[in-house]
Formats: sequence, C-alpha cells, structure tokens
Amino acid sequence: MNFEKKVPTRDGFGDEIVALGKENKNILVVDADIGKSCKTGAFRKELPEQYLNVGIAEQNCAGVAAGLATCGKIPFVVTYAAFGSMRMCEMIRQEIAYPHLNVKIACSHGGVTPANDGASHQAIEDMGILRTIPNMTVVMPADYWSARKLVRAAAELDAPVYLRFTRDAIPVIYGEDDSFEIGKAKQLRDGKDVAIIANGDTVRLAIEAAEQLAEMGIEARVLDMHTIKPLDEAAVKACIEEIGKIVTVEDHNILNGLGSAVCELAAEAGRGKVKRIGIQDQFGQSAPYERLLAMNGVTVENIVAQAKAL
Amino acid sequence: MKETLSVRDLQNTCVDLKKHVISMIYKAQSGHPGGSLSVADFVTACYFRYMNVRPEEPRWADRDRFVLSKGHVCPAQYAALAMKGFFPMEVLDTLRKEGSPLQGHPSMNKCPGIDISTGSLGQGLACAVGMALAAKLDGKDYRVFSAVGDGECNEGEIWEACGTAYKYKLDNLIVFVDWNNLQLDGTCEEIMPPIDLAAKFRAFGFEVYECDGNDMAQLVEVMDKAVAAKNGLPKCIVGKTVKGKGVSYMENVCGWHGTAPNEEQYKQAMAELETQYVK
Repeated sequence: MNFEKKVPTRDGFGDEIVALGKENKNILVVDADIGKSCKTGAFRKELPEQYLNVGIAEQNCAGVAAGLATCGKIPFVVTYAAFGSMRMCEMIRQEIAYPHLNVKIACSHGGVTPANDGASHQAIEDMGILRTIPNMTVVMPADYWSARKLVRAAAELDAPVYLRFTRDAIPVIYGEDDSFEIGKAKQLRDGKDVAIIANGDTVRLAIEAAEQLAEMGIEARVLDMHTIKPLDEAAVKACIEEIGKIVTVEDHNILNGLGSAVCELAAEAGRGKVKRIGIQDQFGQSAPYERLLAMNGVTVENIVAQAKAL
Repeated sequence: MKETLSVRDLQNTCVDLKKHVISMIYKAQSGHPGGSLSVADFVTACYFRYMNVRPEEPRWADRDRFVLSKGHVCPAQYAALAMKGFFPMEVLDTLRKEGSPLQGHPSMNKCPGIDISTGSLGQGLACAVGMALAAKLDGKDYRVFSAVGDGECNEGEIWEACGTAYKYKLDNLIVFVDWNNLQLDGTCEEIMPPIDLAAKFRAFGFEVYECDGNDMAQLVEVMDKAVAAKNGLPKCIVGKTVKGKGVSYMENVCGWHGTAPNEEQYKQAMAELETQYVK
C-alpha cells in the first residue's frame, strides 16, 4: 500500500460535516471553543445558522445537544476526546444515552495523537468508558476516507454515536469509493495463520505488519474494526474459529478497548489466543506521536513479533 | 389544549395535585415528598394556566415543554400529567414499581408527557436551554418551563446553561428556582450557602422575578409577566417556598426530603390537605 499521503482524520470529519449540513438543515455543530482544532471552521463559515458555540462548558454542551435532539435536531457535539468522554461522561449517560437521543459526540485528539500536548490531552480511556454505557455506538475511523464515510453513516443512524478522530496526520489507506458500515469490520487482507484486528490510526501498522509477515511465509488476516460497539462479533468469532490466533492493536489503553472486547468473545468461546497491543495502562507525556506509540510497543515490529510468538 | 384557570381554581387544583403526591408516595413507600410539595404550585400553574400541550399527542412538535431539572420531585409532575389526561389516574399507584412508566426519576421514553429524562442534578436546565434554542432556530413560539432546586444550584452546569440561555437570547425559557432552603443533608446555609440566588441569575443576564413560590396569586402575577416579556432575556422566577408545604409535620423538616409517610402520617396529611380547598 502507498502510505505517502498523510491527513488527520479530524479533517475528514470537518469536510464531511459541511456536506451533511448543506443537505440537512437539522444537522448542527455545537462547539465548546475548540472548533478550530476540531475542524469545524468551514461549517461555521458556510452554515452559520446551523452553528452554535457554548463556550468552554462541555457539560452544558452535552445537555444543550440533548435538548436540541428532543426537538428534531441532529447535533454534533464537537470537542477533544479526553473532554468528550470524561468531562461530559455523565451527561452523555443521563441525557443522551439513557433517553437514546440522536446526538453525535464527535471528538478529535483521540489516543496519543495530541502528542505534544501531553497526558492531559491524550485520550487513552475514552472508547472503553463509552463502550460500557448502554445504547452507545463507538467508532474510530482508520483514515481520512473512512472518517468521511463513517461520519455520514453516523448521521444517518438515529442513535447516539461517539466518533473519535486523530489530531495528527496518518496515512490515507482507503479510496473515495470504499464503503463502510457501522458495526461491520472491514477486511483488508485474508490469511490463515494469524488475525490482526486493529482500529483507528493503528490499522496502517497492522497492514505493514501483515506485509512483513507475508514475506516470512506467515499469512495474516487484517481487520479494520472501526466500530468497537456494537462489535462485529461474527467477524471476531470467525477469527477465533478459523484461525485461533489474534493480535489486537489500538491507540487506546489495553484495558476496556478493542483488545478487551475481542478477549471477552474469545473467553466466552473458550478458545483462541489473544495478544493485546496498545497503551500499557500508563499516562503519556509530551513527545512525538510515533515515539509515544513506540514507548507502548505499538509498532510494526512488535505486531510482527507478537504474531510470530502466537 | 391550553387551560387557563383562575387563581382560585389553580389553588384548588394544587390541593388535588398534592393529595395525589402524598398518596403516590405512601403507596410506593418511597419517594420525595418535601420538594414535590414545595414545587407543586409552580407545576400546577404551568400545566393548568400556561402550557400548550396535547395529552393525546404527547410529542406534538409545537408543544410547550416542561423540564423538571430537580427530577426527584417527579411525583408532582406525574400527578399533573395524569390530571391533564396523559395517562389514566390509576397509573399513579404504580410509582417506583417494577415495569411502571413512573420511574423514581422521570424517563422520557417510559412516561408520556415527560420531555427529557432527568434525575442527576444540574443537568436538566441545559436540556431546557437546548429545547428553547431549537424553538428559536426553527422560528417557533413554544416556551420551555423548567424547575430547578436551590441545592441543585450548587452544580456548575446550572451556571454554564445560564450562559448559553443569555447568549442565544432565550426569552422563551422560564426557569423557576424552588428556594425551600433545605437540601438532603441540611439547610442550604449549612451545606452550601446560596447567598442571593436572584442576584446570581440577574448577574448571568436573566430577567429575574421574586415571589412567594407557594402563594398562587403572587406566582401567577410574576408568571404572567415572565411569559409576556418578549425582550430577548431568559426569565427566572426565584420562588421562596416551604419544603413539605401543606402538610404540617413535613414543613421545613429536612428529614422529609426522601421519606414516605406511614399509614397514620398519610391519613393526617390527607386530612390536612382536605381543609385547604378555597371556596
């Protein structure tokens, strides 16, 4: 694959939300004073009647969105993943998920991608937190094009959805014509020896690892599990039954994210070996993005090593 | 369907409503009588004098909304909804029971007439702001009424919501602060001094009215003004109230925040309320 072109997935959100807003005047952006960093600038400029900014008041932001949704609006609450999942957490639970309201929590700065900002802004817990709230759908696209497609799919779903994007640029791995369905894994290559299940910015690492493994005669199935809830259980069970060896990769704490979700199914099936690669239950620091991943073993080399060890 | 009752009729409707509150909580042996009684006058005035609602079409898009931000006093709202015909009166007897639409705290997808689920304090007002904002965005003229507790004003999100209400000129939002001066653990002064709630809301840009929130004549006088003033300012009615109002042994007693009466107390409460009708 050609990984030369790199774009942050927040740009995919920023582009698609403008297109959606032009098609449907009920689609709103509700910002909390970090719209510029979350790429809502074009929406604000082109669709001012559909743009709201409630200031640095995330709890209120979630509540206002819930109230708007009860009146037929489709608000996209826009902030950073650390704040959208944690500062807003109980408001999402009580006022959005419990009443099953049509609000999207669209967060940039997922995982360690706000690398230079340090631990305060790196969101390594968010998807796990949101995954345990009933009625929530939790999605992290792997590149610019899947971000656009999954933002559109989320807008079309009459349900609360948590969307997580990257701050930093990551390779474009899909094309404009690729299609994506929330809750359905995207298989990027097939293999009989090991399965690599990844999401978000780590999908590109999984693809590279699979290419290296192929050179060693090990054939890997690679899945882009962009939706961790609802999890594509059929795709995971197929990996357990047909291959039995799974490496999970995520830019998230190894607790309660993609790796945990896969382990839950393997444990219940009573078979399959799983190795989780992700953030090692530790806070980050200000450092280059790739370095932060490397400090946690989220590298092509480690994926290859763990796949071979299984 | 909008009913516009006179002050005397509202007073008597409020007595009916309070009897339902006591009866529901007695039968459930669970619930929050104190705050349900202090907010009862406001709830009665909203549903029987100001709000355009359609009990046969609870989600009618152009209805006035009611957000009980202090969700634990939902027996008062449930009683009003039943009296309006949103569901049969006998449903009131199922409060807090398994499978009931009348959850311990209001659930919009279980109970007809509930406009948003509440119960975790501090959150409802932001939702009310969102609803009032939706009306403005759509050029509609429905209003949003919301009841907030004095203790609930400890929560920061209340004040965040006030900022948004002012910024977006939500003169279709009418907030009632039920200042009964008792929280769960003690008086407001003991737990978190409220200082001057009217001044606080005024400082946040609200048009503020003050009254005895358990005096229907005073309440109607200020609410008539609040709903009429289309001046771009959100409205706040700071009502001085008595927790447990109307039941002598509950009045101003902190312990009646979340306790159900026993049989003897129930009979006494109903007998006392019976004497409060105005001829």
